[in-house]
Amino acid sequence: MRLPHVLQPVAQTRGVPRWILISGVVIVAFFLILAIFAPLIAPYGFDQVEADGMRFAKQASPDSQHLFGTTVQSTDVLSRVVWGSRTAIEVVVLAVVFSLAIGVPLGLFSGYVGGRIDRFLVLIMDALFAFPYLLLAIVIAFLLSDTFGQGVVTAAVAITVVYVPQYFRVIRNHVISVREEPYVEAARALGAPRRTIIGRYIFYNVIQNVPSLATLNAADAILTLAALGFLGYGIQPTDAAEWGYDLQRAIDDAGAGIWWTGLFPGLAIVLLVTGFTLLGEGLNDVINPLIRYQRIPKPDIPAAARPLEVGGPAAAGAARAATETRAHDPPGEVNRE
Amino acid sequence: MSSHGTSLRTYILTRIALAVPTVLILLTIVFLLMRVAPGDPITSALGARLPAEELEQRREAAGYDKPIPQQYVEYLGNVVTLDMGESLTDNRTVTSIIVDNGSATLELTIAAFIVAVVVGVGLGLLAGRFRDTPIDVGSRLFGIIIYAFPVFFLGFLAQLLFGSVLGWLPTSGRASPLVEFELNQITHFYLIDTLISGNWSQFWDVFTHLILPAATLGLVISGVLIRLVRVNLLQTMRGDYVEAARARGVGERRIVIHHAFRNALVPVVTIAGLQFAILLGGAVLTEQTFNWPGIGSELIRYLDQRDYIAVQGIITIFAVFVVLISVLIDIVTAFIDPRVRYS
Repeated sequence: MRLPHVLQPVAQTRGVPRWILISGVVIVAFFLILAIFAPLIAPYGFDQVEADGMRFAKQASPDSQHLFGTTVQSTDVLSRVVWGSRTAIEVVVLAVVFSLAIGVPLGLFSGYVGGRIDRFLVLIMDALFAFPYLLLAIVIAFLLSDTFGQGVVTAAVAITVVYVPQYFRVIRNHVISVREEPYVEAARALGAPRRTIIGRYIFYNVIQNVPSLATLNAADAILTLAALGFLGYGIQPTDAAEWGYDLQRAIDDAGAGIWWTGLFPGLAIVLLVTGFTLLGEGLNDVINPLIRYQRIPKPDIPAAARPLEVGGPAAAGAARAATETRAHDPPGEVNRE
Repeated sequence: MSSHGTSLRTYILTRIALAVPTVLILLTIVFLLMRVAPGDPITSALGARLPAEELEQRREAAGYDKPIPQQYVEYLGNVVTLDMGESLTDNRTVTSIIVDNGSATLELTIAAFIVAVVVGVGLGLLAGRFRDTPIDVGSRLFGIIIYAFPVFFLGFLAQLLFGSVLGWLPTSGRASPLVEFELNQITHFYLIDTLISGNWSQFWDVFTHLILPAATLGLVISGVLIRLVRVNLLQTMRGDYVEAARARGVGERRIVIHHAFRNALVPVVTIAGLQFAILLGGAVLTEQTFNWPGIGSELIRYLDQRDYIAVQGIITIFAVFVVLISVLIDIVTAFIDPRVRYS
């Protein structure tokens, strides 16, 4: 049986890159299932403190009734971890969709039009990019929480503001390098309207970096959401379970030797972030044929596909994609515009 | 070599000139963000505590009844003269918040930065030098996994192990209460202050308090450096001059140290500089985790109290600081690598 065309590159991956892709898919799929079927999987509600008229013990260590123990508020840790994956997935999906919807068109437009508008947008985006991303997210979440409350959308918007500059930069830089290619010039010479040139010829060429960038950003977004929750600017605790908030409560437990309240939500974060990272690396291999074919004679662990990781979580994706768009540049150069 | 000097000077001046618009835009963003907030700052912070007339007086005194453009110009003026007002809730000047708490943050971030560079560059070089060996795989696996750790989760585990189970290290604050009280604060950097006064037991107390926060923050950041140093070393090892050195019979260790390492390090300086900005963000989380009285925990405290003046001041300082660091890094890079200047 032949695989559908889209999946052909997946079949061509070999060795370590393939392993990376598969383990990424498995981990992310696992959390997606937890998120979707949380009501069926979680033994209790995320804020449930009693069952059958019996109140749960406070900070009880793991036993058969509470596999992961209970928190200081008597909630079930396992249930909170399961419900927390629903919150995390919801926020991350929203944040990625928002950032794509704003960053990609803006980058396309700015890169193609050029001139003064382009310079202005680049200045603003670079300034936002230079700002410590967590502080930006905190301030946005804080300002929005007064008006809109601390919900999933507020958290997603705060994270979006952090990632828009990345998509903007990657897309814009790529558009600039593609803009003068002969096939674009040909389209222009034939009198194709600007919308067709951008929408058909340029869009499909610059969009190939986006799936892997979006997946890697999803990994960062999980960390940012947890950080917001940890600082008290995430999701309202009465609305949903959130791993970062759970860890904030657990810090006080550490001194008393209570390990289960923090360990499990923390591991959930680490696992999901790793899953998204592996998936992003794997996608990168699948989508970018240059890397894939280079790999065949000399298999290499995927990290080589991310040669320049800049600036930690927020900056990593952008810098990586920015270097990839400039594959013709000498390797190892760091381009900071 | 006069042309050499001129070129470096020109580069530095251009770089500084280019930083001005960035700072200006950041300040504008900060200003606008703080004005987007619903209600005026005075009412938000003190509304519940003071009668209406007094609120009105305070509003006028702080200039919040003036038109926005005028407020904007005054804000920029205040930044230039380094006078960013007093916090509304506890009447501290922003300048004193920065001196008192900023020093704590700087001490933490510099220590964390050292940890990150030692671990990151060390493991990265090992991984690159012994490519495809278990050392390589192990270092890189460590890099990937540590990158997925939220700093506060690593902090939680560290507190659990070293504070609670083993009981080796303190998990909260910059110093024991008594030491903090007796400390002669000269530079506000506790490590330096205790060294100046020559009090070794105080120094040890301060040092042990610093270990867990700095190690936690530094390790999380090091993951990125490992990968970067490794890839750069591998790329430079493919260079012609490395080949030439090999052909001349130069030993592998000498090649790594004398030939490849320096060239591999140029991009690392740039990235390490960017990491420093990220470190400041991570410091907010680390400070909350370890009750470190830095500028990040102050920011969170003032945010909780809706003290917009203090928040605006702290954010402004962060913004300016980040741009300064990036300028500094570019200058250092240009100094190390002449290619940057001439391009």
